[in-house]
Amino acid sequence: MNKIVEARFIAPDIKLFRIEAPKIAEKRKPGQFVVVRVDEYGERIPLTIADSDPNEGTVTIIVQGVGKTTKQLNLLEAGDYVRDIVGPLGKPSEIENYGVAVSIGGGVGTAIAYPTAKALKEAGNYVIGIIGGRSKEYVILEDEMKKICDELYPTTDDGSYGFHGFVTHKLQQLLDEGRKIDFVLAIGPIPMMKAVAEVTRPYGIKTVVSLNPIMVDATGMCGGCRVTVDNKTYFACVDGPEFDAHKVDFDNLMKRNRMYIEHEKKALEEFICRIDLMAKKLEKQNA
Amino acid sequence: MPELTNKERMQIPRHHMPEQPPEVRIRNFNEVNLGYTIELAREEAERCLRCKKPVCVEGCPVAVKIPDFIKMVAEGKFKEAAEILKEDNALPAVCGRVCPQEDQCEKVCVVGKKNEPVAIGHLERFVADWERKNLGFRMPEMKPKTGKKVAIVGGGPAGLSCAGDLIRMGHDVTVFEALHEIGGVLIYGIPEFRLPKEIVRAEVDYLRQLGVEFKTDYVIGLTETVDELLERYDAVFIGVGAGLPYFLNIPGENLLGIYSANEFLTRVNLMRAFEFPKADTPIMNLQGKDVAVFGGGNTAMDAVRTALRLGAKKAMIIYRRTEAEMPARIEEIKHAKEEGVEFIFLSAPLEFIGDDDGWVRAVKVQKMQLGEPDESGRRKPVPIEGAIEIIPIDAAVIAIGNGSNPIIHKTTPDLKVNKWGNIIVDPETMKTSKKGVFAGGDIVTGGATVILAMGAGRKAAKAIDEYLKNPDIW
Ligand SMILES: Cc1cc2nc3c(=O)[nH]c(=O)nc-3n(C[C@H](O)[C@H](O)[C@H](O)COP(=O)(O)OP(=O)(O)OC[C@H]3O[C@@H](n4cnc5c(N)ncnc54)[C@H](O)[C@@H]3O)c2cc1C
Ligand code: SF4
Ligand code: FES
Repeated sequence: MNKIVEARFIAPDIKLFRIEAPKIAEKRKPGQFVVVRVDEYGERIPLTIADSDPNEGTVTIIVQGVGKTTKQLNLLEAGDYVRDIVGPLGKPSEIENYGVAVSIGGGVGTAIAYPTAKALKEAGNYVIGIIGGRSKEYVILEDEMKKICDELYPTTDDGSYGFHGFVTHKLQQLLDEGRKIDFVLAIGPIPMMKAVAEVTRPYGIKTVVSLNPIMVDATGMCGGCRVTVDNKTYFACVDGPEFDAHKVDFDNLMKRNRMYIEHEKKALEEFICRIDLMAKKLEKQNA
Repeated sequence: MPELTNKERMQIPRHHMPEQPPEVRIRNFNEVNLGYTIELAREEAERCLRCKKPVCVEGCPVAVKIPDFIKMVAEGKFKEAAEILKEDNALPAVCGRVCPQEDQCEKVCVVGKKNEPVAIGHLERFVADWERKNLGFRMPEMKPKTGKKVAIVGGGPAGLSCAGDLIRMGHDVTVFEALHEIGGVLIYGIPEFRLPKEIVRAEVDYLRQLGVEFKTDYVIGLTETVDELLERYDAVFIGVGAGLPYFLNIPGENLLGIYSANEFLTRVNLMRAFEFPKADTPIMNLQGKDVAVFGGGNTAMDAVRTALRLGAKKAMIIYRRTEAEMPARIEEIKHAKEEGVEFIFLSAPLEFIGDDDGWVRAVKVQKMQLGEPDESGRRKPVPIEGAIEIIPIDAAVIAIGNGSNPIIHKTTPDLKVNKWGNIIVDPETMKTSKKGVFAGGDIVTGGATVILAMGAGRKAAKAIDEYLKNPDIW
């Protein structure tokens, strides 16, 4: 059981948690993740460690409520507990001084890109941040990114804030302007990562993505997280989660992530039903 | 009962294990075997000849005093029987259910020469279950506290039995387990219908009552390294098992619907996917589907029988060799057959074929025939040229074995391992190349058995006790 010391929404459906986990806080490196289980019947879900405070003994995770488990997690408040948290898992990001590094975050992917971007900055890179969202309220961690980026470009699909367009458009624009770029880190929805890989491929820019396949144990024991990279099979939880974007088989990943789509729908429907019932009961009690 | 002659004993037929009928049990996850009644157990115990030189004891990897405990059963002294069993076997309720007795004690039992061997496994199970139900927790003899601390890495049978001995020797013991529940393969791998989880939990609770501390969600190598443990503990035992699933390495293996046995069984057992949506973890819907399981060991039998219970219309074992070479326990093969599992022998998978959405739809297999025996004496299967078949399937489970998970040795550079990643130990003491670090179970032997893992854990406990008394001479 691990205590939540802070919980607050930072965008619609996107919540930041600081959770007590002293060992993990002490050990974690940028790019690593934890597995969280909300309760006794919960599934094991991987979540990237966005930040940590070894003195206070906490790790920060940022959760977008999309399915049953993430929505349930997002109902928790400071003072509540999660049943399990284990980590730090996965390989840390390979941090080097590449020169000019572009860190791209799409939606909640910004939370995953942030710790690595920070480490890239500390390693001496000139860091350009591109952080996208559907609209203004979905652009997250802008203040945090501003502190560590030499240039920061928020983008929105609907043009309600910053650059109007996708993160890839902004990246393409920089390349068209003849900007020298030595390294790209792209984290977000699979179609976005795939698109970034296609933008940088002709330029031969080293591009890294962080993959999010379905996981169970996340210690290399089940192989459920296998991804195809350079025509070979890897276990993303121990060999990754970061891989060379130009070699990843994104189509296979996209398909594999749809494996339980029917189950996910059902679980979510039942969950929402249950919550509605509970809300109605409460209303009655209060009336 | 009056004292019987050996001749009379030899003539009593073996008492078969009462079990759930196949048509009933394939619709539930409850244990298939129901256990002997007191009468059945006492009658079966009368079949033992109480040999002066009991060969069964030699056949047992931990040398349980078999005729002694069986004699107590015959006399109805079950408490005494349990005490004798426990002297050598820390987990009799588990071993009575999952040991390959037909390759060990029962293989050599004298009665087996003319009749079926004494049902040693069934009797072991009976005694352990009787003790658990009737006597409850009893404090064993505990040595005075030594003030020494030992860290156990991995909560499988090796780690648990090592912990059990060390705590009784007076040392403080903490078990570090990567998963959220203790038990290793006993919890995440072997299904409920063969080994009820309640039994494993009772064993863990027993150790907890003796004072063993358990830390779950703790991956040694990542959360803390072995070297860091050595700063806080006087000795470390590594029993992390063989937790790295092998795949077939054939085209199409990453299609949807293809699982490793570890993933398939973990989802169902540890994560309780059969209770979805009450449990959050899903397993693919197998109602009315055709499922192929590749392999011929216990893991393959567990997977295929689990698939049946999840509603599969056709559950197949596809194996490269023949039934005679299958390493699974005989009882598992028998149960699988009764439940309607189809066995396709002498067939080696070549390729999985998928549809546009990425789901597996068929497997292409190469038909084989048995050739000359290899070094191990097993006849090696060789392909029959041109004999290729396509078998339609909706899901597949790969159960061809496990290698060793590299997390520990990658983060402990001075721990010597062989080319397969198994930790190298001194077979007498289980000590590794690293001072103060011992290892045992599947991480040393590669995938083996519960009883061997348990035996290794106990051997290590003995050596650790010696080591703690005088670390300098080790
Ligand atoms: C499906 C299946 C069926 C089987 N059926 C039988 C049978 O019928 N009869 C039989 O005798 N044997 C059977 N076996 C084999 C038997 O289960 C194993 O030989 C035995 O469990 C090995 O025990 P162990 O303690 O070495 O390892 P395990 O049982 O594998 O336990 C190791 C534990 O260590 C944990 N761990 C791993 N890495 C770390 C780490 N870095 N830090 C902390 N913890 C870690 C794991 O999570 C696990 O809990 C079966 C195996 C499987 C998979
Ligand atoms: S070999 Fe068979 S008959 Fe002889 S003591 Fe052992 S179990 Fe009894
Ligand atoms: S999640 Fe099980 S091996 Fe990666």
